[in-house]
Amino acid sequence: MRLIFILPVAVFVALAVAFGWQLVSGKDPSELPSALVGQPMPAFDLPPVEEGRAPVSSTSVKGEPALVNFFASWCVPCRAEHPILLDLAKSGVAPIYGIDYKDKIDDGRKWLDELGNPFTAVGSDLDGRVGINFGVYGVPETYVIDADGIVRHRHVGPLMAKDVEKVILPLLERLKKP
Amino acid sequence: MKRLCLAFLLILSAAPAFAFTADDPMDDPAQEARARELARELRCVVCQNQSIFDSNADLARDLRVLVRERIAAGDTDAEAKQYIVDRYGDFVLLKPPFKVSTYALWLGPVVIFLLGAAAVYFYHRRRRTDPEVATLSAEERRRLDKLLLDDS
Repeated sequence: MRLIFILPVAVFVALAVAFGWQLVSGKDPSELPSALVGQPMPAFDLPPVEEGRAPVSSTSVKGEPALVNFFASWCVPCRAEHPILLDLAKSGVAPIYGIDYKDKIDDGRKWLDELGNPFTAVGSDLDGRVGINFGVYGVPETYVIDADGIVRHRHVGPLMAKDVEKVILPLLERLKKP
Repeated sequence: MKRLCLAFLLILSAAPAFAFTADDPMDDPAQEARARELARELRCVVCQNQSIFDSNADLARDLRVLVRERIAAGDTDAEAKQYIVDRYGDFVLLKPPFKVSTYALWLGPVVIFLLGAAAVYFYHRRRRTDPEVATLSAEERRRLDKLLLDDS
């Protein structure tokens, strides 16, 4: 009979702990898991954003671990992320491929001229189809691709220094080891 | 002021009409009906609590166009849906599939109901057989009658 009285309290405490933990964990519940992690990167072949460059295709991404970054000149958080990408590019830890999502090539060019270009190559995804194939639902998004072209990680939203330090760099390090 | 409110209310009531009509319908009405039905079953991943049918988000519009394209290309409803799920995961299905990772979701309410029903059943059964509600013994009956008589 005692148990009957303790049970509601126990259930309440358990729920409170579960909710509280979720609340302080800092995890964004609206952030979706990627359906592509562990799958081959979707094939693409995009016109270059930079003048006089070759088209950017998924085959050029393979061969070594790399980052694929979706951005757009109309995207405000991308501006916040940009210095981080420049730092990453300078460190030379992995090539970064840019995909200019639903953006005019001219605007993309202006963006790179103004803020600097961290990308090994930049393709223009004007109609957003490559974005849909990757499962992009809001720029910026960054994908970590391994040497075999398999998607290993997706980061939604602007990359911050702590994301790079705690997630991206250790993952690249692991992927580089054979 | 009244007029302004009225105008505002009218605009609000017309809001649902904006969504799907914004893009080109398919030529075949039967295919268009299928595309719309599918669009109602797919979640807009930007707004997350609307279907892509209802949402005005850019991505929702792109996905509506994509659904129409898949249907025009001869996909069945299931194939068209799978095409989107392959890219965005099960989360885009407003009606989640029944599989190992969703057992708790689908069966949870039933399990909780059964637990509750069992608790109610056992509680009442115990009460019925509770010795404290058994009839009085002859000795107790005599004492009780005595008390009642004393009282009056």
